[in-house]
Amino acid sequence: MEKTDILKQVQDIFRDILDDKNIILSDASTAEDIEDWDSLTHIQLIKAIEKNFSIRFTSREILSWNNVGEMLDCIKSKL
Amino acid sequence: MKDYQTLKRNLKKDLSTLRKCKVALLGDSATQMLATAIKGEGVERGVCIDLWEAEYNQVERQVMDRTSLLYTQDLQYTIVFQSTHKGMEQHALLKEEEKAKWAEERLSFVRNLCENSKTHIIYYNYPEIEDTVFGSYANKVETSFTYQVRKLNYQLMQLSQECKNLFICDLAGIQNKMGRDQLFDSAVYINTELLLSLDALPIVASRTLDIICAIEGKGKKCLILDLDNTLWGGIVGDDGWEGIQIGHGLGIGKAFTEFQEWVKKLKERGIIIAICSKNDEEKAKEPFLKNPEMVLKLEDIAVFIANWKNKAENIQEIQHILNIGFDSMVFLDDNPFERNMVREHLPEVTVPELPDDPGLYLEYLYSLNLFETASYSTADQDRTRQYQAQAQRATASQTFTDEKAFLKSLNMTSVVRGFDKFNTPRVAQLSQRSNQFNLRTIRYTEAKITEIAQSDAYMPFSFTLDDKFGDNGLIGVIILQKQGKDTLFVDTWFMSCRVLNRGMEDFMLNTIVDAAKRAGYKHLIGEYLPTPKNQMVAKHYDRLGFTPIKRETVQQYILDVAGYQPRECYIHSTV
Repeated sequence: MEKTDILKQVQDIFRDILDDKNIILSDASTAEDIEDWDSLTHIQLIKAIEKNFSIRFTSREILSWNNVGEMLDCIKSKL
Repeated sequence: MKDYQTLKRNLKKDLSTLRKCKVALLGDSATQMLATAIKGEGVERGVCIDLWEAEYNQVERQVMDRTSLLYTQDLQYTIVFQSTHKGMEQHALLKEEEKAKWAEERLSFVRNLCENSKTHIIYYNYPEIEDTVFGSYANKVETSFTYQVRKLNYQLMQLSQECKNLFICDLAGIQNKMGRDQLFDSAVYINTELLLSLDALPIVASRTLDIICAIEGKGKKCLILDLDNTLWGGIVGDDGWEGIQIGHGLGIGKAFTEFQEWVKKLKERGIIIAICSKNDEEKAKEPFLKNPEMVLKLEDIAVFIANWKNKAENIQEIQHILNIGFDSMVFLDDNPFERNMVREHLPEVTVPELPDDPGLYLEYLYSLNLFETASYSTADQDRTRQYQAQAQRATASQTFTDEKAFLKSLNMTSVVRGFDKFNTPRVAQLSQRSNQFNLRTIRYTEAKITEIAQSDAYMPFSFTLDDKFGDNGLIGVIILQKQGKDTLFVDTWFMSCRVLNRGMEDFMLNTIVDAAKRAGYKHLIGEYLPTPKNQMVAKHYDRLGFTPIKRETVQQYILDVAGYQPRECYIHSTV
């Protein structure tokens, strides 16, 4: 799967979980750019992404990403 | 079961029309998401949970500090989640000789909380963590954590029998169903300090609300069953009473046998069992009468309806005979068409989506926890017989054209008593269950009933009703509150709907006016507090000859004791 496809799917998950249809994600997006993306919704997002792609992140990975791009790379490496 | 995201979205709805319920949540781990799930599940049940969350990891401080908000707020429920996880850490740091006392210490802490709190306590018990430090040998070692956790869960059950305000929410039971790897998610824990997985949250919230709803009188009372392919395998009309699939041995028959055994246990617990089947009545009854493998017998069934009318209509008929709310009924049917039909016409009836495979019925039904209760008394076991007698009375009344003659023919007697240790559980239970004939709908727990019985400020009455068709048991309660030297306020008046239209209200009023007169009181003041369910008694005091007096926003009524003429009724008092 191309990174842009992954980005699109992840963006849909963000829109659903954060209840905001206008969210636009890019590689550079961070929690600071997006309202309601806090530590609690973060874990919800992670779990939804895991389900969507049928993958599992390690606890370390979840804590390691500095932006959405790094998260997408991590997803891509597991597919 | 709704997922966590759905429960979270519920909080954005307009909650202003929902009944409010003040709840505290204390935990030794992060509880924000549990709080969200509980509030969201509350919305599903029509309750707005006004939740106060104690600061993180403040269980001990909040409980030990008598000036804490836990005691000074006007709360109805205190939910406490002390996790096995944190307990295990604590246990690990203890000296060897202290480890054997871990369960005792924790228990005395819970006891302290129960004794100091005026609220209902909902306490999660402890799902086990098998640390394998001793392996299975832990069963022989009192200091092992496994040993201590099991001991604590056992002692919590004992404590909950002793402390009437303590209700255990069976988190250990939830883990038994889900499995530890589903209940706990290390990624969630490491990132949020929450000790439950996202999939477990809605289940835990649902089981928590089950307890709250049961205490508030919203438990299920009646199970309505289809027959063919629900209670037995096959179609009795085609296969005959001897050809249906039921019974032990190889094959699907045992799934139905075990399902019937479960239904029988529910019946013995006091759930009313009714049959609603598309069949010829005679054919439908044959298995009950002739097939030796049938666990359920006709005497287990309170109402048996088998005909070719639509099921929604038949369930209305059952509702009419039993006189209980649609929202207290569960309907089980293997046929999706019938289920949808009932859902559409009677949306208040709970209609579980039974799996296609009868072998899965029970495990699926266990997961729903449909029959949570907040009380249990041995009198519950007689309920089926009482409702069968009710059906007989309904038939008998049709042969009389004159109502008085019918009432006379019943030979009704009533035992009037205060509250004592024998009837307290039943009084409390009726207080929680009575929704329709209930003037003020104040719910009393056993502890509160005991307090009233011992207090000088009240005159409590309980009433039974017996007639030639059978004993209805304790069916009515009045609590009079002394207000000054002249006035008695009717704090509570409720009655089981089983005994409607029998003149019981007249008998009850005669009894309390007589008692008031003898104690030297001049007036009775009654009050009607409307709820969505007690419309039936809106004109109760008017009918009984009270005079309306308007008090601010509530409707009150007064009765002059001296001028009271005893009302005609056909119930005799016995001792």
